[in-house]
Amino acid sequence: MKVKIKVWRQKDQESKGGFKIYDSPELNPNMSFLEMLDVVNEYLTDQGEEPIAFDHDCREGICGTCSLVIDGKPHGPHQGVATCQTYMRSFQDGDVITVEPFRAEPFPVIKDLVVNRKPFDKIMQAGGFVTVRTGSAPDANAIPISKEVADTAMDAAACIGCGACVAACKNASAMLFVAAKASQLNSLPQGQAEKDDRVINMVAAMDEAGFGNCTNQYECSAVCPKLITHDFISQLNRDFVAATVRKSFKSKPSTAKV
Amino acid sequence: MKLDAKIPSGPLAEKWDKYIAESKLVNPTNKRKYQVVVVGSGLAGGSAAATLAELGYKVKCLTFHDSPRRAHSIAAQGGINAAKNYQNDGDSVYRLFYDTVKGGDFRSREANVYRLAQVSANIIDQCAAQGVPFAREYGGGLANRSFGGAQVSRTFYARGQTGQQLLLGAYSALSRQIGLGTVEMLNHTEMLDLVVVDGHAKGIITRNLITGTIERHAADAVVLATGGYGNVFNLSTYARNSNATAVWRAYKRGACFANPCYTQIHPTCIPVSGDYQSKLTLMSESLRNDGRIWVPKKVGDKRAPGDIPEEERDYYLERKYPSFGNLAPRDISSRAAKQVCDEGRGVGETGLGVYLDFSDAINRLGESVIRERYGNLFDIYKEITDENAYEVPMRIYPAVHYTMGGLWVDYSLMSNLPGLFVLGEANFSDHGANRLGASALMQGLADGYFVLPNTINNYLADQLGNCPSTDHSAFDEVEKDVQDITSRLLNNKGKRSVGSFHKELGNIMWTYCGMGRTKEGLEKALELIPQLREEYWKDVNVPGEEGELNQSLEKAGRVADFMELGELMCRDALTREESCGGHFREEHQTAEGEALRNDAEFASVFAWEHQGDGNEPVLNKELLEYEDIKMATRNYK
Repeated sequence: MKVKIKVWRQKDQESKGGFKIYDSPELNPNMSFLEMLDVVNEYLTDQGEEPIAFDHDCREGICGTCSLVIDGKPHGPHQGVATCQTYMRSFQDGDVITVEPFRAEPFPVIKDLVVNRKPFDKIMQAGGFVTVRTGSAPDANAIPISKEVADTAMDAAACIGCGACVAACKNASAMLFVAAKASQLNSLPQGQAEKDDRVINMVAAMDEAGFGNCTNQYECSAVCPKLITHDFISQLNRDFVAATVRKSFKSKPSTAKV
Repeated sequence: MKLDAKIPSGPLAEKWDKYIAESKLVNPTNKRKYQVVVVGSGLAGGSAAATLAELGYKVKCLTFHDSPRRAHSIAAQGGINAAKNYQNDGDSVYRLFYDTVKGGDFRSREANVYRLAQVSANIIDQCAAQGVPFAREYGGGLANRSFGGAQVSRTFYARGQTGQQLLLGAYSALSRQIGLGTVEMLNHTEMLDLVVVDGHAKGIITRNLITGTIERHAADAVVLATGGYGNVFNLSTYARNSNATAVWRAYKRGACFANPCYTQIHPTCIPVSGDYQSKLTLMSESLRNDGRIWVPKKVGDKRAPGDIPEEERDYYLERKYPSFGNLAPRDISSRAAKQVCDEGRGVGETGLGVYLDFSDAINRLGESVIRERYGNLFDIYKEITDENAYEVPMRIYPAVHYTMGGLWVDYSLMSNLPGLFVLGEANFSDHGANRLGASALMQGLADGYFVLPNTINNYLADQLGNCPSTDHSAFDEVEKDVQDITSRLLNNKGKRSVGSFHKELGNIMWTYCGMGRTKEGLEKALELIPQLREEYWKDVNVPGEEGELNQSLEKAGRVADFMELGELMCRDALTREESCGGHFREEHQTAEGEALRNDAEFASVFAWEHQGDGNEPVLNKELLEYEDIKMATRNYK
């Protein structure tokens, strides 16, 4: 099979980008989408044109490095599948496939299809952890955790931090990402001590990075390659409200004179 | 060079305590005066950077990824071993230690492995406290499963993504330190060389992958946690960007490279389907708990698997190794798969595949139980092959998965170059000639959380004030070397792409230095690789410029290093005239086709020392002395 790709080319963050159309060489339908780009890049290199820069690493759907908006959909046509696990058999011979970077103000384009997702790290640094010194942990079985709770935490923890949720949202909201990260820890007994600070600080970091508000339309969970449910957004909202209320009633040191 | 592993004296079980008790310390107020550079942010690097910062050291951590959360530790599926004995099935520190040494075919360092087994239990505690969502029983306790090479259930797991969850745990600890300002995190930064001052590793040279800027970093100690070098083979289960540049450049600056030929070929990967292929995908070993491996008994039997009656199937692992069956160790299972395919009994279009069949388990337990245990693996298999493994058996074939070799380190994880520490897959010490499943995650986190933070003090205590300035002439020289390589690559303007050379190198390595190795083949490879390298420097085409994101340039530097390392791997494989673990020399096998070790001559670590480009490296040997266990022929029958 052969396809045409209409792909975003942009020299660097400052330059203006635009689409270019390339004909692919002969492809095998069992190729992955990224292998198709590899083949196109080999071809471009041979033609003396600079290859298309794109993010990728593990190519097995777990590292969250690959991105791409394929025909308008982050991570391409299939639900619950990352770009690297999308195969050319999902396309037809002769298709024109549009390939763009994830688009969101907090994720500026670095080059071609590569964007900067550093704000996700910033959010994690604000509260996406349980404070526990190395070596100070109690025996792992000292705190029983019901299978149901452990499974919920695992459902949230499956997030690979790719940013598709942001790219799909017209407000470029990072709520699904933040909700998944906060809910994993907030569900577990180990995460209770810092729960209120965690949600307040993570949400503040999210706002500061310039992500928009939730639209409640759930494009995020529709494109999530790990099918993280937007129910976690409800949990984040609940945890946030409860934390804010608790904080506002928190007793302050008395200033009364005796 | 005399290699001294500096193993503490005394009984095996007391060595680590003795080391800690006798180690020099750095007092808390002095710790912040030391700069430590950690290269890599996977399980080993991430956990080390977080823990060292927690202790008070000034830490700089760098990764070539866009975020420290993406290192390839993330892709480990099956689990992490620990001697918790929560199952009450007879496990102990000693048994985990013994299984690991035996699994490694008696080619690992006894004292290191014992320590690994000792700290394994602490790792599980640490990770559970961080909020790693391990699988649990209904009563709330942690669940375990079995893995190859063990007869107890000691593997902890988080669905089919244990690596991601453990890495996110380490990343969360690291993120906390970055937020506190104790770790300076440099993303999109790749180490290109090591700076040695007066015989000590005192800094590195990096390239900012976004701007192309070459940067200098001075340090009191340099920690390499940069993973393995399996991408020498081009096709492997490694991430596409995993590379050997950091360890290789350290080797060229004087660090010994140990046992480079010890490569793990994992038995259960999805078979190659075409020459465009960029990587191979692993199907976790945990699948062998419930899947049965078989091929047709008849040569050239092309019937669909469902049409082959039970009595015409050869469940060859169960037949050959009745007590371990489908859970035989990786090297043995891979070789057995190669043998049946070489006999013409392989399945699938290419004949390079065997069945991994779940029908018995589905009949016994129901599809929902299998889905619960391995659902995401079945999904991955479906995405790649378009086949439903609940209905037809999976087809699998061995693929390069891990490298047991790496930079030589002593008991404290310090290389022969003082000040250079090497952790995780990048070092050589714990897995001998074959790694058992679920032990890579264990080693990465053991090194980062518990070993290095207790050993680095011993070196640093004498080094206060020895961190050089980045204006030191050593930095000038090394930076110039780095610039030279970069401009040579960019100005070459040849005709062939980097990828085509990588593919050719991979073919040479897989053919001559893969699952079966011979003197003749290795000698052939040692002719072919230098020729290929010469052609590379003559004809490679690296487009783009230096001062920008240039993925072709990144790849070009890595492939140049792979070509040199590939040659060393073949040289090592040729010199090791025995078979052990993943290193199978066809000349050295038993009548049943099992690996035949030669303990009298080769019970040692081969640590190669660079002598300058174009010169043959010098072979140094560290004798492996087993005080506590008797070396025996491995028997999984």
